[in-house]
Amino acid sequence: MNYLASVGSYAIMIREVFKKPTKWRIMKSLIYKEIDELIFSSLGIIIFISFFIGAVVAIQTALNLTNPLIPRNLIGFATRQSVILEFAPTFVSIIMAGKVGSYITSSIGTMRVTEQIDALEVMGVNSLNYLVFPKIIAMLFYPFAIAISMYVGIFGGWMAGVFGGFLTSADFITGLQTDFVPFHIAYAFVKTLIFAFVIATIPSFHGFYMKGGALEVGKASTTSFVWTSVVIIILNYILTQLLLG
Amino acid sequence: MIDVQDIHKSFGDAHILKGISTTFEQGKTNLIIGQSGSGKTVFLKCLLGLFSPEQGNIVYDGKKYAELSDDQKRDLRQEMGMVFQGSALFDSMTVEGNVMFPLEMFTKQSTSEMKDRVDAVLKRVNLIDAHHKFPSEISGGMQKRVAIARAIVMNPKYLFCDEPNSGLDPKTAILIDDLIKEITEEYNITTVINTHDMNSVMQIGEKIIFLKDGLLEWEGTKNEIFKTDNEAVTNFVYSSDLFKKVRQMYIQEQN
Repeated sequence: MNYLASVGSYAIMIREVFKKPTKWRIMKSLIYKEIDELIFSSLGIIIFISFFIGAVVAIQTALNLTNPLIPRNLIGFATRQSVILEFAPTFVSIIMAGKVGSYITSSIGTMRVTEQIDALEVMGVNSLNYLVFPKIIAMLFYPFAIAISMYVGIFGGWMAGVFGGFLTSADFITGLQTDFVPFHIAYAFVKTLIFAFVIATIPSFHGFYMKGGALEVGKASTTSFVWTSVVIIILNYILTQLLLG
Repeated sequence: MIDVQDIHKSFGDAHILKGISTTFEQGKTNLIIGQSGSGKTVFLKCLLGLFSPEQGNIVYDGKKYAELSDDQKRDLRQEMGMVFQGSALFDSMTVEGNVMFPLEMFTKQSTSEMKDRVDAVLKRVNLIDAHHKFPSEISGGMQKRVAIARAIVMNPKYLFCDEPNSGLDPKTAILIDDLIKEITEEYNITTVINTHDMNSVMQIGEKIIFLKDGLLEWEGTKNEIFKTDNEAVTNFVYSSDLFKKVRQMYIQEQN
């Protein structure tokens, strides 16, 4: 019953986010700030993880190719498919649910605990629009981060494959180009945009409606990470079935 | 003037406010006192429109809050200033940014006009060189003064303060009390202060209401509080030895 009430409260929150907009002059600066904090500040960890995961995918594929009849360029093919279809959009989104999500929950939760949200409400500001809308707009730039993740992941696979002596650069590139389906890129970006909305709004919900003090801010961050991850995993299944099934 | 008419507020089974009626007059410092759990904060949040009472009316200069449209409520809120217990300054903004925030949100003033207004109110609360500091870089007393500056920057008709002296040393607490009283008289606003501080009661309490278990137990002025026979009030106000002696001296003086 509590879960159902939370889903209802979440839906009401989303409706409120788009009501009574804040002045554009102020909103513009909030959006720039959020793009910096949510997207640019995450690029480092995204690039780092993408590179090594791409490399590991290439090595694992190479080590499991024991049959001499299977061409080595399959390593490039497998790296591309893994990175584009699942690793970049889904795995990175779960990492972002931890990094960005906990930042969002703790920053909004701290504002709740220190009565800053009450201060906004008393002034007549739509606090949900002021706090959550810029985050949703900033997360529209998330696919750019995922595009970088795809590129770096494949580059990591190439580095590990070629410099690890598993295949030649030409083989890897041949594998990359084999049976390429452009729709897979569209599928990945559709997923990414939906996950971006989830990453911006579920942690905001947990921060905005939290009750208590500093300890509860920590608990809310953990809860928001768990629920954001669960929703991403479930949506990933549904979207994959709908778009590729 | 704020006219409160028989307001009730519950949370689940807990009936917090059980029918409070009173009037807060313009140009006066009105104090709400009472023990923890007596309903002071809920009452203040009802006055601010953050909680909706289930029953009763709150009338702001003839305007019944419950009958206002959403836009009218928002306009009314822009006539309110609030000083929160913990100041509630925005961490990510400087002192100047905090005070300028309501002007940026609700006026069409140019940046120079806003800066002039911010300078004026910061000067009024005796903060001259703190414009570019962040809330974490200034003392609790300075934070309270910034919160007061933010609350009055839009020339409010109503000023609400929740425990404005909490966490402050006695000297700073007196300065904050005096500042609130001066501003109330200067701007002719209706000020409502929620407090535990008996020094504030004795110093600036032009009208005092005492809440007990969600009911208005007593109301009067700071002079009347010396003479009252209401046991609940005397037990609360004169709980310390110092205030007991002050009261005895006052009664002896009167006799």
